[in-house]
Amino acid sequence: MKARFTIVCLLLSGCAGVQSALDPGGDQARALFSLFTLMMWVCGFVYAVVAAGLGWALWRAWRRRGADARADGSVTHGTDGRLPRLMPLAVGAIVLPLTVLITASFFADRALFATRAQPALEVRVTGHQWWWRVQYRDPSSGGWIETANELHLPQGQTVRLVLGAADVIHSFWVPNVAGKLDMIPGRTNVLDVTARRPGWFRGQCAEFCGLQHAHMALSVKVESPAAFRAWLAAQAAPAAAASGRGAAVFATACAACHAIRGAGAEGRAGPDLTHVVSRRTLAAGTLTMTRGNLQGWIAQPQAIKPGTSMPAIPLDPADADAVASYLMALR
Amino acid sequence: MTPDTDRCDRLSLTWRDPPGWWGFLTTVDHKRIAARYIVTVLLLLFLAGMLALDMRWQLSWAENTRMGPQLYNESFSLHGSTMLFLVSVPAMEAMALWLVPLMLGQRNMAFPRLGAFSYWLYLGGVLTLWVAHALDVTPDLGWFEYPPLSGPSYAPGHRADIWAQMITFTEVAALCASVNVAATILKMRPPGMTLARMPVFLWAMLIASLMTILSMPAIMLVTSMLIADRLVSTHFFAPAANGDVLLFQHLFWFFGHPEVYIIFIPATGFVSSIVETFARRRLFGHHVLVLAILAIGCLAFGLWVHHMFAVGLPRLGNDFYTAASMAIAVPAGLQIFCWIATMVTGRMWLATPMLWVLGFVATFVLGGLSGVMTASAALDLQLTDSYFVVAHFHYVLVGGAMFPLFGAFSYWYPKATGRLMSERWGRTAFMLIVGGFNLGFAPMHLLGLMGMPRRVYTYPAGMGWDGLNQIASLGSAIAVAGGLVFVANALLSYWRGERAGADPWGASTLEWAGESPSPPWNFAYTPVVDSLTPLWDAPTLRVMDGVAIERREVIVTSVVDAAPLYRQKSAEPSIWPFVAALAVTAMFLGSIFTPWAIAAGALPIAAALTGWFWPQRGRARTGPLRVRS
Repeated sequence: MKARFTIVCLLLSGCAGVQSALDPGGDQARALFSLFTLMMWVCGFVYAVVAAGLGWALWRAWRRRGADARADGSVTHGTDGRLPRLMPLAVGAIVLPLTVLITASFFADRALFATRAQPALEVRVTGHQWWWRVQYRDPSSGGWIETANELHLPQGQTVRLVLGAADVIHSFWVPNVAGKLDMIPGRTNVLDVTARRPGWFRGQCAEFCGLQHAHMALSVKVESPAAFRAWLAAQAAPAAAASGRGAAVFATACAACHAIRGAGAEGRAGPDLTHVVSRRTLAAGTLTMTRGNLQGWIAQPQAIKPGTSMPAIPLDPADADAVASYLMALR
Repeated sequence: MTPDTDRCDRLSLTWRDPPGWWGFLTTVDHKRIAARYIVTVLLLLFLAGMLALDMRWQLSWAENTRMGPQLYNESFSLHGSTMLFLVSVPAMEAMALWLVPLMLGQRNMAFPRLGAFSYWLYLGGVLTLWVAHALDVTPDLGWFEYPPLSGPSYAPGHRADIWAQMITFTEVAALCASVNVAATILKMRPPGMTLARMPVFLWAMLIASLMTILSMPAIMLVTSMLIADRLVSTHFFAPAANGDVLLFQHLFWFFGHPEVYIIFIPATGFVSSIVETFARRRLFGHHVLVLAILAIGCLAFGLWVHHMFAVGLPRLGNDFYTAASMAIAVPAGLQIFCWIATMVTGRMWLATPMLWVLGFVATFVLGGLSGVMTASAALDLQLTDSYFVVAHFHYVLVGGAMFPLFGAFSYWYPKATGRLMSERWGRTAFMLIVGGFNLGFAPMHLLGLMGMPRRVYTYPAGMGWDGLNQIASLGSAIAVAGGLVFVANALLSYWRGERAGADPWGASTLEWAGESPSPPWNFAYTPVVDSLTPLWDAPTLRVMDGVAIERREVIVTSVVDAAPLYRQKSAEPSIWPFVAALAVTAMFLGSIFTPWAIAAGALPIAAALTGWFWPQRGRARTGPLRVRS
């Protein structure tokens, strides 16, 4: 039955997805997919053997159906005569596939950590209720380039993700790229990922973290190293100095929680908004990035993502328009 | 030896309960207490099933707005907590409580009042959780509420305290039941039932009880530590104050993993009994089955880190737990081998209980194989916390515990009620439940591999998950319908079922020796046992006399050889278990709100225990015991 799943999956062709462990786009995911395939064959074979045993028992009962198929007080005086010969066979039949799988698992595990000895680009990802803080080291200045809810990876290069959590336990999971690793307050976990296939992938928090655990998604873009460097340089650039009504509204109503580098806003409670409109989604994957969604999110965050930490700040329509226009310029 | 009516009348006078409500509150009849457990368990199974259907409806369409996050989180927390703490383990305890004295030819358990106490305390736990739900203080952080999410900073209010205290109730109840079962099995076996002649069912209940005693303290400790963090500002799990959130996970899963084997091992006892009867031959590889249960019982304590593979612990340690977690497939696989060998070499016939065994093998083995996949520390990094592991644990719990429970219920129903359940409706229920369950949970393997995490109240459109979720919902609904058919069959058969004699299935073990339903005193004489299959091996069962009739008395025997040692007075009906349970309930509930409840609550408990243990009886009498054939 297990082996049939792979076939069903291929038929449904739903497994080729942006958040699928069955469609590996990175070295770590590929190692795990190979292990999974081996497991499917071995486990499928074992299940077939058990089913055959049951089938044999049923067939013998079927042949005897009728008068014999009810309680008549008679008993078969079976013995354990064949036990000494059958037991080593049975034990061997179980131990052998398990040994194969334990060995394969050991080697897959080693493969996941093969890159640990080599240097790699370091990115800090911190889980918050219910968004992701993503920080790259600025190679020129040595400071942090901060963004949120979106991770860019250079194709073919190993990235070392340094995972932490600010409040409760979260878990970083981008199935197309690698297995998951928990983000635990008070601990730092390190996950090496080597993405191979360019394109957009989706990750999701995989440890229940409260009310909006279901809406804590991460957009992951795998691009050529040149495109990656260009993106990083654009993210490093500060925003233009604040001016205009929108900036003023922002400074009063939003800067306590949100940062815009270069515009004097330095709030750390919420995501960095320096280049917010360069991102694909809003509210950790909940909405696509459009002006309408942005304005709607600012106006009614609790309606879209009930329980989110962002309060509904009442703004009159002109102010709301102004701040939305201001933010839309932050690419 | 057929007891005469005069003997039965005198036994009835000694062993009957007081009438009416007083009898209800004071009974120490293990069969009545077990029946209470079963009724409560079935009701909770229904409620948990309704929660499950609710969640499945919510997940049948992407971005469904029918359930908000708060309600959904409460639902899966309540579903999981109810099924694991209030249904699965108590159901196994109930079967032990009911069957152990019957299978041992005894008139009651070793500690009759402790059995009553364990039920009342369990009921306290049930009410703690479900009345809290009615009052909208439902726990909402899952069935293993990890700090810091469940700590004082992120879970204000009392929801998490109610969850933690519900666990304390059920764990004390489980400890009491386990001590009772273990003592009875070890010290109250019929003369001649040496350990080598003890049925696999009793081995299973013994090992499960010992495992409970060893693992429950861990969870009582960890939930008390959580309450302490929340109530009196200790910092066991607060990272900012040098606490460690992983300590919670280690302590919880040190209990949590044996817990699932505490649920599974009694099921292997049911399956062994049913297979022996319906294959009409002694179990193939009896010693292998017993050793397998022992091996599972020991190994189960060395696997818990496989629940923490994604936490980031040292890799070499993880590899050890991978090997250990896969190794437990060896004894489990050998059990499957022995049962199938019994079926093949016997003369199997397919009544409803045997159908459930077939459903168990087909379903549980699938769950075991998906467990082998999750046992790999590497592969688990993709599978854990996704719908794959949801599929896995439902396959092993439903296939490995629920299906044997349904089979056991059908099998021993005639002994409990004197009537047979309808075979036709039994087959219908079987097909609906097994078919519906597999249709419902097989797609979840794929959903997990396709990236759907667990514990999400909704998911975005365009992920490709909608169709599989709908199939899962359909299958679950079919299974629930089958469950309703099963319960309807049980209820209707109680009044209209075909009457059953003492031994409708032609079974081999002692519980089938007495009449159906069992009278309050179970057996008029003490059976003497010469083999593993006493009812098959002699034209009539050898019995012995000497245990008193005019007062409640049981026989105590030695641990290994079951040689009679002495007669022990057996407890009369008493109100003290109920009173003690009330006192303990008051203390547990009070300590949700203030630590002073522990001091204040100790006084009524001391009073109740004083009443309970007040010496009333003379010393045990010794005298000659006669063997009569």
